[in-house]
Amino acid sequence: MAHDHNVNPNAPLEYQSETGRLNITGFWTFLGAEIALFSTLFASYFALQARVGDGPTSNEMFEAGLVMIMTMLLLTSSFTCGIAIHEMRANNKTGVIIWMIITLILGAGFIGYELYEFVHYVHEGVTLSTSAHWSMFFILLGTHGLHVSIGIGWIILLLIQLARRGLTPKTASKVFISSLYWHFLDVVWIFIFTCVYLMGMVN
Amino acid sequence: MDLKWNEFIITGDPLILGAQISILLGSIAVVAALTYFKKWTWLWKEWLTSVDHKKLGIMYILSALLMLFRGGIDGLMIRTQLAKPGMEFLDPQHYNEVFSTHGVIMILFMAMPFLIGLINYVVPLQIGARDVAFPYLNNLSFWTFFVGMALFNISFIIGGSPDAGWTAYTPLATNEFSPGPGQNYYLLAIQIAGIGTLMTGINFFVTILKMRTKGMTLMKMSMFTWTTLITMLIIIFAFPVLTVALALQTFDRLFGSVIFTLQGDGNPMLWVNLFWVWGHPEVYIVILPAFGIFSEIISTFARKQLFAYKAMVVSIVTISVLSFLVWVHHFFTMGNSAEANSFFSITTMAISIPTGVKIFNWLFTMYRGRITFTTPMLWALAFIPNFVIGGVTGVMLAMAAADYQYHNTYFLVSHFHYVLISGTVFACFAGLIYWYPKMFGHKLNEKIGKWAFWIFIIGFNVCFFPQYFLGLDGMPRRISTYTEADGWTGLNFISTIGAFMMGLAFLIFVVNIVYSWRFSPREKTGDAWGLGRNLEWATSSSIPPHYNFAVLPEVTGLDPYWDMKEKGLDQQKNVDYKPIHMPNNAATPIIMSVIMGAAAFGLVFHWYWIGIIGGIGIFITMIARSFDYNDGYYVSVEEIKETEAKANK
Repeated sequence: MAHDHNVNPNAPLEYQSETGRLNITGFWTFLGAEIALFSTLFASYFALQARVGDGPTSNEMFEAGLVMIMTMLLLTSSFTCGIAIHEMRANNKTGVIIWMIITLILGAGFIGYELYEFVHYVHEGVTLSTSAHWSMFFILLGTHGLHVSIGIGWIILLLIQLARRGLTPKTASKVFISSLYWHFLDVVWIFIFTCVYLMGMVN
Repeated sequence: MDLKWNEFIITGDPLILGAQISILLGSIAVVAALTYFKKWTWLWKEWLTSVDHKKLGIMYILSALLMLFRGGIDGLMIRTQLAKPGMEFLDPQHYNEVFSTHGVIMILFMAMPFLIGLINYVVPLQIGARDVAFPYLNNLSFWTFFVGMALFNISFIIGGSPDAGWTAYTPLATNEFSPGPGQNYYLLAIQIAGIGTLMTGINFFVTILKMRTKGMTLMKMSMFTWTTLITMLIIIFAFPVLTVALALQTFDRLFGSVIFTLQGDGNPMLWVNLFWVWGHPEVYIVILPAFGIFSEIISTFARKQLFAYKAMVVSIVTISVLSFLVWVHHFFTMGNSAEANSFFSITTMAISIPTGVKIFNWLFTMYRGRITFTTPMLWALAFIPNFVIGGVTGVMLAMAAADYQYHNTYFLVSHFHYVLISGTVFACFAGLIYWYPKMFGHKLNEKIGKWAFWIFIIGFNVCFFPQYFLGLDGMPRRISTYTEADGWTGLNFISTIGAFMMGLAFLIFVVNIVYSWRFSPREKTGDAWGLGRNLEWATSSSIPPHYNFAVLPEVTGLDPYWDMKEKGLDQQKNVDYKPIHMPNNAATPIIMSVIMGAAAFGLVFHWYWIGIIGGIGIFITMIARSFDYNDGYYVSVEEIKETEAKANK
């Protein structure tokens, strides 16, 4: 960080400091690695999709209604997250905090339903050990769910910092990066929704 | 997991007992020395919590040398056991453990940190930067690597080493066939170190893209910087695959999933595929920086600009793409269709084209150059023919039909030792010797260095060349012994002699470090060899000040420092200094990494409560980091003036 003096006052707040710019580039790079990570999980899931052993297949277990609610919650949260960044560009701290809190509530709702789904499956006797298919199902969705949960915890920390310190180049770049993360998880969910749930229910 | 104490601490083997006693005595000696000389604060402030890329680089290299010793001892034990038929030096179980740890340590805890150490030290200097993009992350990368390494290394004294090979193929590596903690060590230690490598990848990728000094466009970067950039890109896309593969096997072993198992309709071959989707790019992760190092050294000591720079860049980029398209050649015998094998056979052979381009570039760089035969240059020269032997046998292995003959024989063992030792290990030695004056302010003794070089080169060929013939004679890899009737006795014995010659050369290398520290003349300028071409030699003093450059250099073309010397410019002299912003030390990375190691240690033995407490601890340190708004400090103009005045004397 031998570069903090290099400030560009005309850019959006999160891009003004050199550190902010580097952190944003670094995070985009990290998202590249995350794409590789989720691609590997998806590839493994596809490789094992037909391997259900003595256990049930996915269309015996999946419920379209529940998944639709989860999808709506997460997609809406991505939208509200976008509004929060819009408010940040308008330099409205309260707006950022309010819209981020709405985002987090929607995210928490998503996680709640996902936990309900997992618990429900376990009650039906479908667990991590049922078959290779279900092992990968739980690990793929669990990885996504863990990401969302960590995102919720992370953004809460950032909101505390935002409330204390106000919108500065540093807090702004942090909030902006967390929003990139949030949108990314939304994109991953779209693939899970399509490739795991829809394709699983068609077969 | 219920363990008796004598299953927890490994007992009953005289070799391991000896190691336990020497580790204990060594640790006591280090602690005693640090206390006696009152060096604890110095160690903590100057090294362990430092975010200076140069110090982190040196710590990486020291760890790598330590691991070269450990992995080398493993190698010597393998060769001793195989020296004659029916040897009883190691029992089969112990032999399995030794070749597994030899592979893991040499690739992940020796080659990787050695190169990352050199990259850490040199690349920020070569791009004319004062530090990396994320200095805090750099320290965290080092500590996660170090803790992963430590965790892996204690396995042989506590609980038992992994014994399923460095590739840990399932179903062999599942609970059914590899019970006990050994394989858990493998999974968790590599996982922790792998996260560190991924962070290094992101860090240096952004550093090179965003922090180059004024005038240095991409096509004006040094070749080592180019290879680093591409290596980091490969890391970013390959290491997450390893993360997932390790996590899946960890779930199988610890939490009862059935992904790679024979029960529950699992598919063991999925592991093999995932492992090599990471594993083959990994080969290029350890060879591309080596190519970069050789390019620097050859062009320096031939006093010529690198021949066909653009072709070199194109071939590196081509290799990085192809590296992701060849993984199936590691298991042609798995039973793929002929079409699949043919595809991967062709992509594999295609890699030899850009690699061949590089070989010619190096040869033409030397053509009509005025070559100085320094030790680093000797290593670079030896690399070319030896690497070609490794590469040509690689093309032989790439032919899928023929591979049915060579697969899992000593032919393969010899092939990858030829490419990895003459590529990566020679480059590590060459690079260390070449940049040694930059790191420590004095050169390594050339005479002793040449002794080490010749003994190593001869020993290397004596050790591995016969193994090609052993392989063609049908000797499979990973067997712990053989009989007289197999007819492999003579070549195996010769091979063992070569291995001990390499061991001797390593000892001479270490002696050289100590000897040169005492007796080598101290360097007076930043350009120790007098032939430096890139910006790492443009610093005002032999060891760069902690801020690297008092004034950031400006660049107009390739080989910028050579250019400055020709024009008689010294950009560091007689200028107006401005205060320099630098990052502060960080204590959280080491704390976080140690907690990570403790949590993983608990999981190795299925002590889940330790894992949970550790997980909470990791989150607490992350929260502490999030609330840390420390922005670093400014180096005052007075301090810069004082430092530079001392340097210019």
